[in-house]
Amino acid sequence: MTASLLFTQLLNGLQLGILLFLLSSGLTLVFGIMNFVNLAHGSLYMLGAYFAASAFRATGSFLAAGVIAVAATLALGVAVERLALARLYARDHLDQVLTTFGLILIFNEAVRFVWGSAPVYMNVPAALAGTVNLFGLPYPAYRFAIIAVGLAVGLALYVLIHRTRVGMLIRAGAANGPMVAALGVNIRLLNTLVFGLGAALAALAGLMAGPIFAVQPGMGESILILTLVAIVTGGIGSIRGAFYGALLVGVVDTVGRAFLPALLREFLDRALAQAAGPALASMLIYLLMAVVLALRPRGLFPVKRS
Amino acid sequence: MKRALSLAAALAIALAAAPAAGEIKIGFIATFSGPGAALGQDLYDAFMLGIDHAGGKLGGQTVEVIKEDDQLKPEVGVQIARKLIEKDRVQIVTGVIFSNVMMAIHKPITDAGIFFIGSNAGPTPLTGKGCSPYFFSTSWNNDSLHEPMGKLATDLGYKRVYVLAPNYQAGKDAVSGFKRYFKGQVLDEVYTQVNQPDYAAEIAQAVAAKPDAVYVFYPGGMGINFVRQYQQSGLIGKIPLLSTATIDGTTLPALKEAAIGAITASPYSPDLDNPQNKRFVADFRKKYGRTPSWYAAQSYDAAQLLDSALRKVNGSLANKEAFRAALKAADFKSVTGPFRFNTNQFPIRDFYRVDVVKDASGQAAFAVKGTVFKDHADNYSKECALK
Repeated sequence: MTASLLFTQLLNGLQLGILLFLLSSGLTLVFGIMNFVNLAHGSLYMLGAYFAASAFRATGSFLAAGVIAVAATLALGVAVERLALARLYARDHLDQVLTTFGLILIFNEAVRFVWGSAPVYMNVPAALAGTVNLFGLPYPAYRFAIIAVGLAVGLALYVLIHRTRVGMLIRAGAANGPMVAALGVNIRLLNTLVFGLGAALAALAGLMAGPIFAVQPGMGESILILTLVAIVTGGIGSIRGAFYGALLVGVVDTVGRAFLPALLREFLDRALAQAAGPALASMLIYLLMAVVLALRPRGLFPVKRS
Repeated sequence: MKRALSLAAALAIALAAAPAAGEIKIGFIATFSGPGAALGQDLYDAFMLGIDHAGGKLGGQTVEVIKEDDQLKPEVGVQIARKLIEKDRVQIVTGVIFSNVMMAIHKPITDAGIFFIGSNAGPTPLTGKGCSPYFFSTSWNNDSLHEPMGKLATDLGYKRVYVLAPNYQAGKDAVSGFKRYFKGQVLDEVYTQVNQPDYAAEIAQAVAAKPDAVYVFYPGGMGINFVRQYQQSGLIGKIPLLSTATIDGTTLPALKEAAIGAITASPYSPDLDNPQNKRFVADFRKKYGRTPSWYAAQSYDAAQLLDSALRKVNGSLANKEAFRAALKAADFKSVTGPFRFNTNQFPIRDFYRVDVVKDASGQAAFAVKGTVFKDHADNYSKECALK
């Protein structure tokens, strides 16, 4: 194992973490502020990817594809929130889980109906198709773009949450929703706004993931699990928690997958290491979550509640 | 009263034994929902095209095809198999994409004395000890599918190969099939989580090992993710990418140029040069607007096989031994090239080297670059008691 390989793997972990952050930030907003379990967040990500793939093919511009995908998913997210989800806020989590799980099935079949069941192709924008040489190991330029977009989103969210009036209301809503409503804030509008923001962030994640992952029905489910681990580890409702949680999950998952099997082989029988290595590597993030929750039951960066 | 009852019983038995004459019911089981749905659709579309080509009938006999979705769940597969056997009273079942579903439904169907033409999944237990006189395959045994690439990697002179596959039975079968014919050194065998989306970590490890070539088995969406990420790392021209069942007719439309330069081993390619394949590909494209995959080819062959066998028995399944002999004769022209049945009723067939190239119109397409194995039989037929 060389230093440059370790560095590359850390960068891979960072990049996966950033992509998870785009998803986890939206999910944690909805979960933390509205106290709403939205399992269909992965479906919004999938729809964002599909919209982006279609728009990119139609317009030839990645930027235009991004704008269209985000706008379309935002509109769809708000419509779903108004029509189906808004009446569930007062219900318990089980009802919310059942409804949003139903939405996953509906969205998957709707996507299959519109785009077919075969995966859809989305190209890397031509300007980012090359690789960057990192100490002798080639690294895809597009993955640097993901890191850049993710950091920019993180910064923008920081400013929005901590420096603006809307952000103040969002923070207040996370800390004590009923009190904010009692002070005369239109909590209904705030909820729609937050849900829309979450949908837009999911679409952005879908856009960035489109060129590296297969755009296909059900693509949101596997990544949703990682996202949930990230926000639970980071602390539900906190953007900062979503950021660090996602990075931690990304790095631990990547570095574990890369080095754990080889490490086990050092002191285990080869056949045993081959069987145990991948299994243990895939469990690593859940172990991490368990340890974090044992030490800090509300995650690494919990939201202060009164 | 007693007499009337026994008469009714006798009548019921007679009715069950002799379904309405003049029509054959065929149960078509495949995966039509979830991530594997594209494969099931290819299987079904090609089978229906096969019926079209046989004049809307099979062997001159009208057929009714009853399509069922197994949802890639063995327990659902068993339910629909029961329904096809007991309620629809089908005489023939065909299809099945995935091995886990195949393992669950093989016994109920063949035990009921129903002819079963598997057109994709070929789990090893059914090839060897568990073979059945009622089961025929138009595809391959799971690990013999990967032997050609092992041989090809040896022939291409690769000494050091890095191997990746998903961490489940088919992934391990793939690697053992590959290793059976690969004479060089396997630098590492990496098993990744099933449906893992990101392979950046594994790709970086592979590059660092400095292999002559990388061999992968990643079916479906996993293959799209892996191949694209491999290409985006600028590796396709540098470290040859060898694969089986990864870049195929169902994933190439989502990969396009990203896969150009990849080397695959396959039982089929749409540019195979035989008249029946030219007709099949042209009509499949015309009818469905896409190029057929090997899944499609195998299912089209299943329709052709049934057509030839039903013709031999004049459209009647009354004599099962006669129908079995007619199937075994495999008296049809396979779109995949030479085809005959081994004693275990799996095919003895050719495997080809198929590269992804730019075709005349600049699109990514498959091109046959030679035959890796001629008349290749799987490793397990000797364990099968059938003669």
